[in-house]
Amino acid sequence: MAEFSLPKNSKVTEGKSWPSPMGAADVTEFRVYRWNPDDGQNPRLDTYYVDRRECGPMVLDALIWIKNHVDPTLTFRRSCREGVCGSCSMNIDGTNTLACTKHMDDVKGAVKVYPLPHQPVVKDLVPDLSNFYAQYASIQPWLKTDSPTPQGEWRQSKTDRDKLDGLYECILCACCSTACPSYWWNSDRFLGPAALLQANRWIKDSRDEATGERLDNLEDPFRLYRCHTIMNCAKACPKGLNPAKEIAEIKKNMVDRQL
Amino acid sequence: MAEAKAPAERPLSPHLQIYRPMLTMMMSIVHRISGAALYFGMLLLAWWLISAAAGPNAYAKVEAFMGSIAGRLVLFGYTWALIHHMLGGIRHLIWDMGRGFGPQEREWLAAATLVGSVGLTIALWVIGYLLMGGPR
Repeated sequence: MAEFSLPKNSKVTEGKSWPSPMGAADVTEFRVYRWNPDDGQNPRLDTYYVDRRECGPMVLDALIWIKNHVDPTLTFRRSCREGVCGSCSMNIDGTNTLACTKHMDDVKGAVKVYPLPHQPVVKDLVPDLSNFYAQYASIQPWLKTDSPTPQGEWRQSKTDRDKLDGLYECILCACCSTACPSYWWNSDRFLGPAALLQANRWIKDSRDEATGERLDNLEDPFRLYRCHTIMNCAKACPKGLNPAKEIAEIKKNMVDRQL
Repeated sequence: MAEAKAPAERPLSPHLQIYRPMLTMMMSIVHRISGAALYFGMLLLAWWLISAAAGPNAYAKVEAFMGSIAGRLVLFGYTWALIHHMLGGIRHLIWDMGRGFGPQEREWLAAATLVGSVGLTIALWVIGYLLMGGPR
């Protein structure tokens, strides 16, 4: 059964308001989710003021600026700072996206930053994505073949390769899955949009010879069919992919093979 | 030596509380609510049919309720829930055929469901009253 409210230990309280930088004319207010595993307190929302003349334009720039100039204990994941690694995924201004590609000025008022929704929090903006990765592993994201391995590489026509467009670009940032209400309520059994998009990436691959087996693994009231086409996934994807559409294609595949 | 402390139990990050309400998401929720409401509408329908079978006294009671302001409001809500859920079903059918997933299409479909259900409900009631020769 879906649990709509947060458990007692997860309720967010008002946190500290850090002083605005001295003499800064142009500041942006940030409200950031904080949780420290060592102090035994509930999560809290801290307020920071970022000096825009000293800071780059993206939300990730601001978080790094805060860490360097205001509060070195602020914890978050980041790496490439250009939307290809998927590390800095978080909930900004109410939707999941990458902090490095989200412009501060696209947010009206204070910029609210939370970790990806409905995940166990390791610290501050760092969620525990073990379940998400285990689900990705469960769809067996590798080429499965019975034919003897060719001398060179497994060949694919250009048309067949084109079928992987809109699938191979996924960076597994988990923005889509953690935006999905179905995933919030059933992440123990529903695979979620990211893993299902990846599943379709291998189902559609002309070189893969385990299509039937892959579909068998998804034929389940929860793993696949908990998707109710809510579309939060497609709206959240920072790479502009469409997991909802891919899931619909898998469902169609399930019907087609019965006919 | 510092004593090793068991790590605090991890909190669950906020979800419904903080996620921005969006049209398609709200429409999904309303689809569920209207679906649940139809169960109660079905009870209403059963009550009406049973009373019709039971005789004039029982039927008069139902008619008095259905004719009251509150009763009419309930019936109006039932009409809307029915039409809204039906149009939502058609929208889902389109999606199940793998169409209507584009960024504009999905918004358009959601908006069309809402506008369509409100419009059709009002139209049905207007036609109903016209056939009856105005509200009584």
